[in-house]
Amino acid sequence: MSFGKLLRPALVALLLALVLRPTWFIPLFRPLAPAGGPVIYERASLLSLSLSHLGLVAAASAAATVVAVTMAILVTRPAGAAFRPLSRTITNVGQTFPPVAVLALAVPALGFGAGPTLVALFLYGLLPIFENAITGLTTLPVATMEAARGIGLSRLQILLRVELPLALPVILTGIRLSVVIALGTATIGSTVAARTLGEVIIAGLLTNNTAFVLQGGLIVGLFAVLIYDAMVQLERHLSRRMDSASSLS
Amino acid sequence: MIEIDRITKVYEGQIAVENVSMTVETGTITVIVGTSGSGKTTLLRMINRLEEPTSGDVRINGDSTRSVRPHILRRRIGYAIQGHGLFPHHTVARNIAAVPDLLNWPRDKIRARVDELLALFSMDPAQFRDRYPAELSGGQQQRVGVARALASRPDLLLMDEPFGALDPIIRNRAQEDLRRIQQKLGSTIMLVTHDMEEAIRLGDRVAVMDGGKLVQHGPPAEIITRPATDFVANMVGDVERPLRLLSLIPVIEVMEDGRVEGAALSTQASLRDALSACLWTGRAEVPIERDGVLVGRVTLDAIRARIGSHA
Repeated sequence: MSFGKLLRPALVALLLALVLRPTWFIPLFRPLAPAGGPVIYERASLLSLSLSHLGLVAAASAAATVVAVTMAILVTRPAGAAFRPLSRTITNVGQTFPPVAVLALAVPALGFGAGPTLVALFLYGLLPIFENAITGLTTLPVATMEAARGIGLSRLQILLRVELPLALPVILTGIRLSVVIALGTATIGSTVAARTLGEVIIAGLLTNNTAFVLQGGLIVGLFAVLIYDAMVQLERHLSRRMDSASSLS
Repeated sequence: MIEIDRITKVYEGQIAVENVSMTVETGTITVIVGTSGSGKTTLLRMINRLEEPTSGDVRINGDSTRSVRPHILRRRIGYAIQGHGLFPHHTVARNIAAVPDLLNWPRDKIRARVDELLALFSMDPAQFRDRYPAELSGGQQQRVGVARALASRPDLLLMDEPFGALDPIIRNRAQEDLRRIQQKLGSTIMLVTHDMEEAIRLGDRVAVMDGGKLVQHGPPAEIITRPATDFVANMVGDVERPLRLLSLIPVIEVMEDGRVEGAALSTQASLRDALSACLWTGRAEVPIERDGVLVGRVTLDAIRARIGSHA
């Protein structure tokens, strides 16, 4: 645990420095930049790019969560069970389609900018959340469900008070996977002019500036690692009191 | 009073429960006993409408269970099951408070009721109130499950193999607790089990189910001494019949005057305990005491005479 205790604040500090005080890193990146070329990306502030990047990911993941969890709830009700295979197929297609292809197809319909990126991230994020929500909602303890009905909870009360809280840690795992995939995938949104950290990476690739590529890549990577870690902590916290201490360790 | 009136359940052409009628008096324990597939659990689950009867009716204090919506009905009927079914994400207090909470009891009344029930089940409220079910032993979880079922002072408590998952020693203790608490609260209980021993121990009345039919319904002594069918006789067990009967008769019934030496039994003990004490000590009689004072004795002859009268 001491590893996490030391490493976590160090990574947060590094990320904040990279985003807020990029000029501190000029000596470090200078050897990677082309001679006489810029070392630090300055066409847009890294802070605003980061916020826009995170905003896109948050919006797409939130929408994917709402849609995927709602679908999972519907197909785990007795009346919706028949639609489970169909909904699985749909979300699987969303995952198989390469995000670049979605971007290409969405541009004619939605124009350049954040729109196509949101659609691609949304479609890409559905599957992990949907699959985990189904797993969470179908592997609830039988005796608890039986007791919930037996003591007089209505169907809505069972869903809200028992099923969703008990499935929450598993659903969160799905959301975590989806968010981390989206954080990386969002960078290619900049090929269709969405404002993301991909802009820095792409600028670097176009001008042979490895310093830019590294800068953009580091920031995205650190966001992914730290957000992943934060969500793992949250899942642990939620499931800790439910499980016996031994099954966690 | 609970009246079960010609109730039948048919699953896809298979009859699970066939035309069962019985009446359960308020303040008594009725144990429904049978093998698996006998329809005993289905019968129980039709009372709180976890299963809808195909035909027939159930009335609680005169009101048909069909007159209210199922989940509203269930809030008036306690329900405890094998493996307790506690909510793992709620504390002990919140678990016990589940039904009072659904019924919108005021907070302080709920808190008082939770503490009262924990104390009743010999669990210190301050120590257990805020624990999660995973932090309790199997016996404690089971007690919390029964406490939850009793929390709103229901008209009727249904129990489906409530002690099935407990080891024998804890099961004994749980059965004694249930008896004690039922007598204290005057609850009406219907309990399903496959264990005839449990049925005889707990039941004021025992109902034996076989193949979906109610084959005998009566006091435990009658089930033992006059089994209605071979199946019932089989369930009672020929070899153990005398011992089971003895366990129902208090020593006080055949106690006679006279002082004898040795470790005394209490007047609450059964003839089975007395017989066991005689056999173990090698004597023909055992002293009986009440509140530490010797009040008489029970002899082997008296036990033999009492049991022989049924042969």
